[in-house]
Amino acid sequence: MLIFTPRTIQSNHWVLIGPLISIILTIIIGALIFKMLNYPVTESLYQVFISPFSRVDRIADILVKACPLIIIGIGLIFCFRANIWNIGAEGQFIIGTLCAGSFALLFPENNNHILLLSMFLVGFLGGALWASIPAILKIKLNVNEILVSLMLVYVAMLFIDFIVRGPLRDPMSFGFPLSKPYPDGAIISKINFPGIGYLGQLHYGIISILFLAPFSWFLINRTLPGFQIKVFGSAPKASSFAGFNKNKITLGVLIMSGGMAGLAGVIEVSANMGQLQPEVSFGYGFTAIIVAFLGRLNPYGVIIAGLVIATAKLGADNAQMILGIPKVVTGIFEGILLFFLLAGETIQNYKVSLKRNS
Amino acid sequence: MESLLITILVTSVPILLAGTGELIAEKSGVLNLGVEGMMLTGAVAALGSVLIFGNPLAGIFFGALAGILISLIFSFFTIFLMTNQVATGLGLTIFATGLTGLIGEPFVGKTISSLPKIEIIFLSDIPFLGSIFFKHDILFYLSILLIIAVHFFLIKSRYGIIIRAVGDNHDSAHSIGYPVKIIRLLCVGFGGMCAGMGGAYIPLVLTPHWSEGMTAGKGWIALALVVFASWLPFRLLLGALIFGGITILQFVGQARGWPFPSQFLNMLPYLVTIIALSIISIKTRSGNTLVPSSLGKPFLENN
Repeated sequence: MLIFTPRTIQSNHWVLIGPLISIILTIIIGALIFKMLNYPVTESLYQVFISPFSRVDRIADILVKACPLIIIGIGLIFCFRANIWNIGAEGQFIIGTLCAGSFALLFPENNNHILLLSMFLVGFLGGALWASIPAILKIKLNVNEILVSLMLVYVAMLFIDFIVRGPLRDPMSFGFPLSKPYPDGAIISKINFPGIGYLGQLHYGIISILFLAPFSWFLINRTLPGFQIKVFGSAPKASSFAGFNKNKITLGVLIMSGGMAGLAGVIEVSANMGQLQPEVSFGYGFTAIIVAFLGRLNPYGVIIAGLVIATAKLGADNAQMILGIPKVVTGIFEGILLFFLLAGETIQNYKVSLKRNS
Repeated sequence: MESLLITILVTSVPILLAGTGELIAEKSGVLNLGVEGMMLTGAVAALGSVLIFGNPLAGIFFGALAGILISLIFSFFTIFLMTNQVATGLGLTIFATGLTGLIGEPFVGKTISSLPKIEIIFLSDIPFLGSIFFKHDILFYLSILLIIAVHFFLIKSRYGIIIRAVGDNHDSAHSIGYPVKIIRLLCVGFGGMCAGMGGAYIPLVLTPHWSEGMTAGKGWIALALVVFASWLPFRLLLGALIFGGITILQFVGQARGWPFPSQFLNMLPYLVTIIALSIISIKTRSGNTLVPSSLGKPFLENN
């Protein structure tokens, strides 16, 4: 039988090897599931994992797909490090988008850059506000943040549906539930590479990651609040002996992650849709949870993880088109990947040895 | 009025069943956030087996079996590899959502026959009450019997006390000699079985065809219900009925043309969950002894 002994020093190489092995094991198990359900195995795996790299514009689209995942994932790092389980990023994404979109539609005359910048701000605040509901309920009444943040996802989905079909519906939309198109100043444009032209849907919103990742890394690793978050999450007792303010940390991490999710929504919709619609997110908020774990709760790791998951997401779209495999299969891969990542954490924290039953 | 009450009762069955299972799992100290996923698995297994065998009763069996099997994944990782229960449960739901989508794909557009109604002799002849309570399918009666059984099992039986001991302090339970891991494995398995049956109830009685993610958050509401019920079986029953009523309210509202946008009525179950959790938290703030003390904590066996 297996014996687990806690390690005093964490096994460092596992930080990198763990995710790699997890990905490989996930692909193997995924292949077995395809086999069991009678889908062509090699073909399916090719479509899911390789086909997104087959053309330059497809590679660019990986970046586009990864963008919201990475931004939400970076935000979630703050929560998960503090052991606060925000699983409602999807709702925060929607509310952030909705606030910023409404702002753009109500004040379209703003100067271009000011409009977009204020949308970022409004979107961040909207997401943060939505996330502060579970925060405040947890602080004041000790209500479980997992359930509240998740319930608010459903509320947010229904709310944007109401807004887009009701108050903000474009009278010219021929009955479709769509808002008016955003004013020009609210659109994030595609990148026109000199001499090459557009690469897929690649847009300027990607650049935000170049700021957000180092900023978050610095916040987490080089500042007192970052340190407090870490201690609070891994050793709550030590944190309270040290006099760290539990409530401030809880509110802070939820605002940070909700805000980032909102920001991700603003960028996603301004760059790719240009108007509000009932469905603005396609499970990004949930997928980002996997991204945060795969990235080992490190902002730079999250960038890589976001790219990996985005590849599989795009690959699944291709697999659906070509092989008729429903694209929900990515859920299977994501779930298995999370299991293995968590098991990897156990190996990182415990020395596993074999002992014969006596 | 009669049909309304019947609909409310029937609507509460899936969350009641799933909640019953989760209550036992949590009493043993395991927080399984995979309820939504296990329900979906039960739903797709039930639907598939009815399509294959043509008998709705097969749906109950295979729904329950599928729930148990998928709960084993969760148990393996959390109980034996001591992974984080919150994240693993979440992973289970994500995994099962994908898996059931893939398995259910060929079932789209097919309709199955529902569970037959069983009239209980004599009782179903009681005016008004008879047709409300005693003209239901077998799984309905089973869900009521189960919650009553769980109540007495937890309070009166030796095994119930052992489960509570494991959930309250796994280290002490272990040193007395109880096999903590095995007990938890069984409790989570029971949770999986109940969630599987709860999920199976949806295609077998409520909507007889497959759609992706057809549980629509019922698993999460069941989880909230356990907290709301403060881990007490009869309060769980009451809570399930309240939620059944609220879910039905949206249809009533639409049918009667209430002057609210339908989206706001549809929000009610989720909003009421949040409010209910808040109210119950106010009430139980000071040292609630009903919460299993080891809930969510991994058990490290030292020997």
